[in-house]
Amino acid sequence: MTTILDYGMGNVGSVRNMIKRMNFDCIISSSRADIEASDKLIIPGVGSFDSAVVKLQDLGMYEIIQKKAQDPGAYILGICLGMQLLFNNSEEGVLPGLGLINGAVRKFNEKEINRRIPHIGWNYVKEDPRSRLFAGCEEAQRFYFVHSYYATTEDPDCIKCVSNYGIDFVSAVEKNNVLGVQFHPEKSHRYGKALLKNFLEL
Amino acid sequence: MIYKRVIPCLLLDEDSLVKTKNFAKPNYIGDPMNAVRIFNDKEVDELIILDINCTRNRREPNYGLLKDIVSEAFMPIAYGGGIRNLEQIKKIVNLGIEKIILNNHVLKDVKLIQDAADFLGSSSVVVAIDIKKSMFGGYKIYDHVTRKTSSKNVFDHINEVIEKGAGELFINSVDNDGIMSGYDLHFLEQVLKITNVPVIVSGGAGNYEDLAKALSAGASGAAAGSIFVYVGKHNAVMINYPEFNVLKNLKKDYGLQ
Repeated sequence: MTTILDYGMGNVGSVRNMIKRMNFDCIISSSRADIEASDKLIIPGVGSFDSAVVKLQDLGMYEIIQKKAQDPGAYILGICLGMQLLFNNSEEGVLPGLGLINGAVRKFNEKEINRRIPHIGWNYVKEDPRSRLFAGCEEAQRFYFVHSYYATTEDPDCIKCVSNYGIDFVSAVEKNNVLGVQFHPEKSHRYGKALLKNFLEL
Repeated sequence: MIYKRVIPCLLLDEDSLVKTKNFAKPNYIGDPMNAVRIFNDKEVDELIILDINCTRNRREPNYGLLKDIVSEAFMPIAYGGGIRNLEQIKKIVNLGIEKIILNNHVLKDVKLIQDAADFLGSSSVVVAIDIKKSMFGGYKIYDHVTRKTSSKNVFDHINEVIEKGAGELFINSVDNDGIMSGYDLHFLEQVLKITNVPVIVSGGAGNYEDLAKALSAGASGAAAGSIFVYVGKHNAVMINYPEFNVLKNLKKDYGLQ
């Protein structure tokens, strides 16, 4: 079963819409029993880091998600803020992330990148050919981004894709069964569909 | 590298798709769902949907229609019209719309911007500002509900909404709306000078070159209505959008990516 985690941080509807359009089943839920029973868990997210952490903790999700990450039969996909939550911490807040991937989330420095912030719009990706999310994808893919913060990691093996916005930043990670994308596949036309399909078929 | 957005802006009036001139004379274009399906097939960069009489008629946003729209549209969607509180914003976002556009309400009450940004993050909060040239030169904010210009200074307003957390500005020229003679690039340049958030410009695009000119002037997005719903000299209604490579080459001609 695929579950889209509904923790009050927006955007569950569009992820569901795209999954349904591809004729896959999924549910939207915030119940611990549903999350525990799922073999695919999608953590979407729009909003600020700390408010997301508080909501996940209020729902008792930290332990469940961390346990799921240890289960080799289960897969987790974080989208946008959902990907940032997989890391240890963020400059946007003071509360701890899920800590499933070693690294910190930082804010784009306007002076350093010489670009307007937030990074809003379509951008290209340079994917690692070994990536599972991008397997079999077409050339010159583009994805929709909306964010002011980006993840950094000292664990280069988990970086599966980078994009550039004045600087190169990590736009997708995969570490065992924990995966994350900074962009919004659910808003990225056929490129997003192909990526979500890869995840759903893992 | 990121590329700049070309954005169809669809105007709703109740359940109909319309196109205005100078914010008046709404012309019936057709069924919004039909337009959304075509724009989805054409893989548009983004869609802006504005319910133009929602606030004036004191209606709630048309949640049923928005729900239908997002089930057919796999691109970013920004919605504006009738938004005056956080409850409505939560409802709209839960449907699968990730950007909300605030306009009339925040002329009086900028606090909603902050509430929205706290809930959604700044990047998802767009503030729209409708502008009209004053008789004595300069620019005024146009209030589409009272159909009068506001006494508030437009540049003070821009500074204030950004300070409250607007992640993006959507500036729309009343004078140029539906006229198809080009954007007001002079105003755009003035806005770009005092801001550091992305700016989407709207009102006046008459051809694809106009879009490229606005993007090359520094806009992050160029929005347009008429050119994407009309074709030909006599403005026959036909939903259209350029091929990705057409836009790509045009942007290249203007030194853009």
